Amino acid sequence: MAQQSYVKVHQDPECTRVEFTEKHVIDEVVIRAIGNELTKLVDDSSRPRIVVSFKGVDHLSSAALGTLLTVMNRVKAKDGHLRLCDISPQILQIFEITKLNRVLRIEKDLAAAKASLSSGA
Amino acid sequence: MVPHPHGSPASGPGRFARTWVLHEQRDSVERLQSEVAEALGSQGFGEAAAFAIRLALEEALVNGFRHGNRGDPSKQVTVECAIDADEVCIEVIDQGEGFDPGSVPDPTAEENIEIPSGRGIMLMRAYMTSVEYLPPGNRLRIVYRRDTQA
Repeated sequence: MAQQSYVKVHQDPECTRVEFTEKHVIDEVVIRAIGNELTKLVDDSSRPRIVVSFKGVDHLSSAALGTLLTVMNRVKAKDGHLRLCDISPQILQIFEITKLNRVLRIEKDLAAAKASLSSGA
Repeated sequence: MVPHPHGSPASGPGRFARTWVLHEQRDSVERLQSEVAEALGSQGFGEAAAFAIRLALEEALVNGFRHGNRGDPSKQVTVECAIDADEVCIEVIDQGEGFDPGSVPDPTAEENIEIPSGRGIMLMRAYMTSVEYLPPGNRLRIVYRRDTQA
């Protein structure tokens, strides 16, 4: 049986855009599946440019943060780019508390994320 | 301090007290979270408190199952919860040998910042009024006090 998908993937001209289908990204099974899907996107690209949108996400656990870091490291290893966007103030606070906002590149919205990819900054 | 809850359920007037014994089925964790959220609403706690407590409880449960019980499906995690108008006190007890929170390196240190694990306790401490591991280290008590939180 195919593994259930917890992300929607869109191939935009500028990037691969990922959205979560769950508003609570806290369950370890869900997070592991999301990690596998993101890893496959990275592995399938020679130089990944991935934007992960958190639109609609209202809970996030430390395990999800760990998965994002793992994905970021894989993206960096391929000289790619990862952007996070559309993060609610409550979720953004989690990134700030853990200081991961200094490590993961967070943009306000999709347009800003795409713009930052275009500028290569 | 909220009196320690005993029995299941054991709510008194104006106070929620409940004990759950979990074997890590996700649906039972969700039911627990829903009951806690409902009790928080009944006691007048707002959205920020509900967010904080859900997050801390989730991290506590993951730690109990993963690190305390080391993923052993034959072991259980007990959750004791007491909520009144001023305070939320939750104890999460696993069947492990105990845990020294001092052994967890600072996840925000330069050398650890890209390591994927080790942020659960930090988040609990950030969102709750107090977080303590009681001897021998397999009983975690997290407290949220309305008057000390934003």
